[in-house]
Order: sequence, then C-alpha cells, then structure tokens
Amino acid sequence: MPKTHIEFRNVSAFYGSKQVLKNVSFEIPRNTVFGIIGPANSGKTTLLKTINRTLDFIGGARFDGEVLIEGESVAAMKNPNELRRRIGMVFPLPVGLPMTIYENVVYAPRRRGITNKAELDEIVERCLRQAVLWDEVKDRLEMLGTRLSGGQQQRLTLARALSLSPEILCLDEFSIAIDPVTTMRIEDVLKELRKTMTIVLVTNLVQQARRLADNVLFLWRGEIVELSPTPVVFSEKPKDQRTYDYVNGIFG
Amino acid sequence: MNAATNANPFAASEFEQRKNRRAIVMKWVLFGFCAILVIPLVGILLDIFIKAAPVLSFDYLWENPVNKGKQGGLWAPLMGTFYLVIGSLLFVAPIGVFAAVYMNEYARDGWINRIIGITVTSLAGVPSIVHGLFGVGAFVLFMLPAINRVVADPNDRSTKWEAGLLTASLTIAVMNLPVVIASTREALGAVPQAFREACWNLGATRWQTIRTVVLPNSLSGILTGIILVVSRAAGETAPILFTGATFFRFVEDQGWGKIFPYRPAEPFMAMSMHLNIISNQISQMPEKMKFGCAAVLIGLILFINSFAIMLRVWLRGRKRW
Repeated sequence: MPKTHIEFRNVSAFYGSKQVLKNVSFEIPRNTVFGIIGPANSGKTTLLKTINRTLDFIGGARFDGEVLIEGESVAAMKNPNELRRRIGMVFPLPVGLPMTIYENVVYAPRRRGITNKAELDEIVERCLRQAVLWDEVKDRLEMLGTRLSGGQQQRLTLARALSLSPEILCLDEFSIAIDPVTTMRIEDVLKELRKTMTIVLVTNLVQQARRLADNVLFLWRGEIVELSPTPVVFSEKPKDQRTYDYVNGIFG
Repeated sequence: MNAATNANPFAASEFEQRKNRRAIVMKWVLFGFCAILVIPLVGILLDIFIKAAPVLSFDYLWENPVNKGKQGGLWAPLMGTFYLVIGSLLFVAPIGVFAAVYMNEYARDGWINRIIGITVTSLAGVPSIVHGLFGVGAFVLFMLPAINRVVADPNDRSTKWEAGLLTASLTIAVMNLPVVIASTREALGAVPQAFREACWNLGATRWQTIRTVVLPNSLSGILTGIILVVSRAAGETAPILFTGATFFRFVEDQGWGKIFPYRPAEPFMAMSMHLNIISNQISQMPEKMKFGCAAVLIGLILFINSFAIMLRVWLRGRKRW
C-alpha cells in the first residue's frame, strides 16, 4: 500500500465569494495521527468537510483542486455516501440523534443493511468501549441519546463515527465538552486506533496535538504556515517563527 | 428628628405610585379586549345550543331529513360531510406532505424555491369561493367531460359521471393544500439541522435521513396540521356549492346503503350546505331545526379540533430532545 493516504493538491475552498482555503497542498501518511492547529476562522473545519464532501450540503460552498484518498479524487466519486461511510467524522457540537443510545450507534450499520442482532450488539459494545462511554451507559442502552450530558453525547458521536470501522477518522475539537480525565482515556484509545486507521485531529489544544500527533499542520487564514513532524513544531526552532509564537501563546 | 427621616425609606415614590396605577389600568384594559373576544363567542355558542336543545338526540343524528329538513334528522348530510373530509384528505395529505418534504429537504434555497414558498403562503389566504370557482372550472367543466368521453355511454344516463364527492373532495383538497404544506414545512423545520448533518456524515442518503430521523420526529406536528384542515373541510360551503353538493338526495334508511349513501360521482348532501339552505331558502322552517343543524356542525368541528389539541399535548410529552 502506498504510504500516502490522503493528499490535498492545490485545494481552494469558497463560501460564495469568500475564500477560506488558499491553494493548500499536503499529504497525510497512512496510520498516523495528523494534527491540524490554528486559530478560529482559518479553514480547519472546511478542510475536513472537503475530505468527506459534506461541503456539498452547504449552499454556495465549493472547492477547487483535488482531494485524493488512496489516489482517487473525491470530487470525481459517483457515490459520496459510500465515501462518507469510509470516513468517521466528529464535529465539535455534540449531537445525539433522537433515538436510543443503542440505535444511535447502530444507525450507520443498519443503513448498510446489517440486521443480525448479535453483530449489532457487538458493534455497539466495541464502539462504546472505544469512545470510553460503555461503562457509563451499558445498563441503559435503551435511553434516548439526546438525554445524555454534553460530554457523553460527544463520546456517543465518536462511537457512531467508529461504527463502520472507517479507514479515516476526522476529529474536530472532539474533546471540548469532555472532562480532562476522560479525554486522556480517549487519547489512549486513539493511539490504539492509529494502528488500523488514519486520524486527522483538528484541535485548539496545542498540547493535545503535541501528545497525539505524528505531524502537525499549522493553518492560518486558509494558508499553510508550517507542516512538520511534531517534535519540530514544538521545538525551540520550528521552520516558521509564527509557529513558535502560536504554540507558545504569544501569537498576534 | 425631621419628617424626612421618619418616613419609610422603602415607600414607593410619587413616580413609582403613578407607574403602579398605570400598570393596574393597563391590566384591566387588556382584560377588556380579551373579554370582547370571548363574550360574543360564548354568547353565540349558548344561543345556538339552547335553541337547538329540543331536537338534539341520538335519533336526530341517526335519521335522514324528512320534508325538506323540517322534520327528521341529519344522517345524510352528516355522512356526506364525513366522506367529503375523508376524500379530500386522500388527496391533500400525501400531496401536501410530500411536496413540503421536497421543498424543505431537497430543493436548494434559491429564488425558485422562495417564489414557490411565497405563492403557497398567498394561496392559503385566497377566499374559499375563489377555490370553489377554480374547482368548477378545473374539475366539473374540464375533468368530468374528459372522463365521460371515455367511460360514459351516451344512451345510458346512469353511466355518466356527475359532479359529486370526487369533484368536491378535489376542490376542498386544493383549498387546503397550501395550509397543509405550510404546517408540514413548519413541523419539518422544527427538527434541528444538526440531526440531518449527523446522518449525512454517517453516509446516510437524504431519503434515509428523512425516513429515519426527520419524519418520525415531525410526524405529530404534521398530523396536527392535517387535522386542523379537516375542520375547514367540514365547515366550508363555498367550495362545494357548485362542485357536487346538493340540497336533497334520497338516501336509504337501512343496510349498507345507509353507511355508504353516495357514489363518488353523484351529488351528495353535506352539513354546511344543508345548514345554508334550511336557514334561508325554505319557508316555515322550524327554528329548532336550523339551530340543531348549526349545533351539530359546531360540535363536529370542536370534536375534530380537540383531537388536534390532544395530539399536541401528547407531542409535547414525548419530545425527544
């Protein structure tokens, strides 16, 4: 298998006439954690939305250039839903679907036609364990997902994203509603998951990127400031002075 | 010790007292407006039901009208209204709901969609007599002759399709369509966009998302909207006046003919029409018969609306987010 899993080639993204990604090109290696940091409004979430083409759902939004997964351009794919099933996506706002916890997790597998109860049970337990939610909800799987607390719903969202065993997992600020102890446990799980999937981690917590990521991309106003291995980014001498300033909190 | 320090420091100032008096006055003024709204309504209901009391009984509902409605009951028009409501729902519910689903869930928010939205809203405000005239033109004068050219035997009058339940139901459906579309869109819009996005991110198609998340969580709101147009279908006279309703029709008094009194393509009796005719077209009509008919019609509509209210209460109880 080629080492590059996801490749961005001269990608520019627009909301109407406003350009939010400016000609970015980079590669994400397979089975690594790829950290993306940068202040608000620098195009991080848009970047994730180009990978699974959910940008299609936003009126007036489009992107130029090519996003390649396994060398295949996502824009050329005939069935974007199939693409989305290969990519687990967790956005910052916790969303429990208005159905039971159990049904939340098996939502995507059911839509793929899996009806075997034992198989579904297995998926539920595996995903909830991976999202560090199993112990809290194992006795009340029939409870509505929307009744969980914000942090629990966030982990439920993560469990749902893992339910199809995706090859790519995109996490956008997955930990903002989760307490630090649980976050650490999820981070341990992510280190495990890296063996089977490529993880794209967008985070405002630069220390989280430092703990987890193999490479870190610093995005600023839709442009790449720096893409380096994590030790370089957090060293005294990154390639760009702005990176040093940002990770040390003296940017601006 | 002077007077100023003796006074209660928490007593309302002159200014505050004025404001307090003003607040009390406003409260009663607003109550007065509310009373203006309620008193005539209660008055009308009391007047109708008191004058109708002598005739109200089970037999009054069960028996057919006799002698131009001067005696007997209301069975035939009641059945007509019942089938009219069912017939119009058969058309308006699927068309209205699916059109609203398309407009809300599929169509892009462009100028075409917006123009359709404005058109639907304005159509909801068109007087019912206009819908009635549209029904005459579209269904009675255009659709029926087209059907008759195919099905009717020129030598046998009984095979000819006439204006009746079918044309009246279609007319009522056209009248209620914008209302159903508007209420359905509102119910769909109440489902948070985040739910849809979560499903799309999991690779669910638009239709899967609608079927599994959007519709189940807006169904009660959609049903409430549909039930509310039922009362409009039962109460309106203008749309059915020229599209199939008639004042008198012989209806069997027993057997299946009593349960299914009308064929779809022949004139039928309806409550609103019956009330309209007996209250101003027939001389020497006993007062109690007029008011009896009005009371039954009002009771029918209150009964249907109370369903909508119960549905709404139930919906509030099982809101899932």
